[in-house]
Amino acid sequence: MKKIKYTISIYTENNVGLLNRISAIFLKRHINIRSITSSESEIPNIYRFIIVVNVDKEQIIKLVKQIEKQIEVIAAYFHTDEETIFLETALYKVKSKSLFNERQIQNIIKESRANIVTVKPDYFVIEKTGWREETEDLYLKLKKYGLLQFVRSGRISVSKKSMEITKFLKSNKNE
Amino acid sequence: MKKISGAEAVIRCLIEEKVDVLFGYPGGAIMPVYDELYKFQDKVHHILTRHEQGATHAAQGYARSSGKVGVAIATSGPGATNLVTGIADAQIDSTPMVCITGQVASNLLGSDAFQETDIIGISTPVTKWNYQITKASEISEIFAKAFYIAKSGRPGPVLIDITKDAQFEILENFEYKKCKNIRSYFSVPETDPESLKKASELINNAKKPLIVWGQGVILGNAENEFLNFIEKTGIPAAWTILGLSAVPTDHPLNVGMVGMHGNYGPNVLTNECDVLLAIGMRFDDRVTGNLESYAKQAKIIHFEIDPAEVNKNVIADVAILGNVKETLKDLLTLVEENKHEKWVNKFTEFYNIEFKKVIDKEYNKKVGGLSMAEVIKSVNDNTNGESILVTDVGQHQMVACRYTKFNSSKSNITSGGLGTMGFALPAAFGAKIGDPKREVIAVIGDGGFQMTIQELGTIYQTNAAVKIIILNNNFLGMVRQWQQLFFDKRYASTEMINPDFVAIAKGYFIESKKVEKREELDKEIKKMIEFNGPYLLEVIIEKEDNVFPMIPSGSSVSDVRLE
Repeated sequence: MKKIKYTISIYTENNVGLLNRISAIFLKRHINIRSITSSESEIPNIYRFIIVVNVDKEQIIKLVKQIEKQIEVIAAYFHTDEETIFLETALYKVKSKSLFNERQIQNIIKESRANIVTVKPDYFVIEKTGWREETEDLYLKLKKYGLLQFVRSGRISVSKKSMEITKFLKSNKNE
Repeated sequence: MKKISGAEAVIRCLIEEKVDVLFGYPGGAIMPVYDELYKFQDKVHHILTRHEQGATHAAQGYARSSGKVGVAIATSGPGATNLVTGIADAQIDSTPMVCITGQVASNLLGSDAFQETDIIGISTPVTKWNYQITKASEISEIFAKAFYIAKSGRPGPVLIDITKDAQFEILENFEYKKCKNIRSYFSVPETDPESLKKASELINNAKKPLIVWGQGVILGNAENEFLNFIEKTGIPAAWTILGLSAVPTDHPLNVGMVGMHGNYGPNVLTNECDVLLAIGMRFDDRVTGNLESYAKQAKIIHFEIDPAEVNKNVIADVAILGNVKETLKDLLTLVEENKHEKWVNKFTEFYNIEFKKVIDKEYNKKVGGLSMAEVIKSVNDNTNGESILVTDVGQHQMVACRYTKFNSSKSNITSGGLGTMGFALPAAFGAKIGDPKREVIAVIGDGGFQMTIQELGTIYQTNAAVKIIILNNNFLGMVRQWQQLFFDKRYASTEMINPDFVAIAKGYFIESKKVEKREELDKEIKKMIEFNGPYLLEVIIEKEDNVFPMIPSGSSVSDVRLE
């Protein structure tokens, strides 16, 4: 089976150790996590993990079932890129000298629709939000002018279809 | 209500959960709880094992014989890490267990304090749930959750780590409310009525259906529902090692064990049946052999309480989610009465072949060294299938499970999924304490016995009347068998120069005897059974016997070898 990129969305309770429990599921199966982010979701005190992995269909189904099985996981889903709206953010720290000496940089920033976050005497910081290809493209363009620092966030994504997470919270009336 | 300490709250939680016995070992970080145990000893009985691993296996044995949650308790650091093997064993064999560990005071967490280990991190992959308590106010809610999680749905082990300051902390108010629901946890999945309908159609049209049942039948207390189901449908039923004893051995539809050392008929016929009903089992690789050639001709109906097990190893044509106690009862009304006489007879034909080639030679051996099967035969003759069998891991385990007769459920206690050598001795006294009226017979190899041999001390101290049979071939027999068959008889580190087990038992003041001759075997087994108190019988058996039938690993179930 072909390995493709899947985005896993996990809704969880807010507990110490849960990240460890979830990442252990990948570790046990020797699967590398490409990116991971976590933050409070649209429901107060319920957290949402977004994990990106490169696996085949059979693996993703089994992984998500194992994740869902964890006591404090409310629900877990997986989506292909076509089924989600997704973005990531990158920050680029460049020497201020380049900004003034290399006119080309200003064009690059303009064309790539990046934002200048801050300008200091020594350095300035550019932010770009978009797909991986876009942040990567800007990275390659700026690299020649000497990047002091470069960092990229994990993927954040929302699914096109509803995930109806509140349904789970209300319908769970075991016993 | 008067103010109490966190440690006292722990004991009160145990009392609320009707825990009257726990197995453990004290140490620095759990001392406040032990101090309270001392005060509450009329209500909660603590059994001091000789190693924390023994405490977990004893709790497992207790859980398996009583159907209740087993509880083990230990201190931080090495006390906690010593629990890990038993926790992993309980996880893979779905045994309800709550482990309590002490932890260094919360202000010392992360400072590499004396006897600090990250037991939450260590136990995460092998627990159903775990939690670190740092405030006394958390205790009652967390304990209620722990017992609910351990016991409900597919059972499993839970670990609660309690910092020492939380044990000392004074609680203004202690209230205990049993947990009945956790919003993020669906203990039993809903059953789709359509799946029952589809299954009944497959079953009613089947010509050669076969059931393989597992521990789910026992854990779901579904023995009666299961019997009703097989008797109405007339479907022959085979067991996995953990399903053993759910149906009496002599039942005409009980066709034996599946898997690596299972019976000839059910293994071969797995690849001839037209519908395979997997009931409360998870298609372990020791059951299925090579998945590429496992029951490919059959429609598969999988009865499962854990959705993650569905389609994990074998793709189900119909998955019936839920507790088998409910799903079998519901399905019973949809299936037609049947008698698959010709098909059932086929199992008898295969049994007869196996009897001639394997069973008769072992079970009714007359010359040469004693066989393991002969010892089991003598146990059968002297107990009439009424005792609880506890086995360790290896050849003796396969032989004991193959040949022991059972009349009632919850009578077979063994380490299945994890294959933990050293399991049997502590599990045996745990089982005896869990069901004191029943005879408990531990059958253990000379290798596994020495992994937890110190628990003889616990047996002596508690006077738990377990009967211990050491099947001694001075070899790690199962590994030696593989070396003989697949490694050209290169017996790398499998021969054991053993101590005098009888003398060791005597050192622990446990009655003991050694048997070497066939003519003495039955008399000595009888003497052991009749003895009032713990007893150890060492039986010297044939040095290089092999367990057959056998499915070599990676082979198909239908390629099961008889010699």
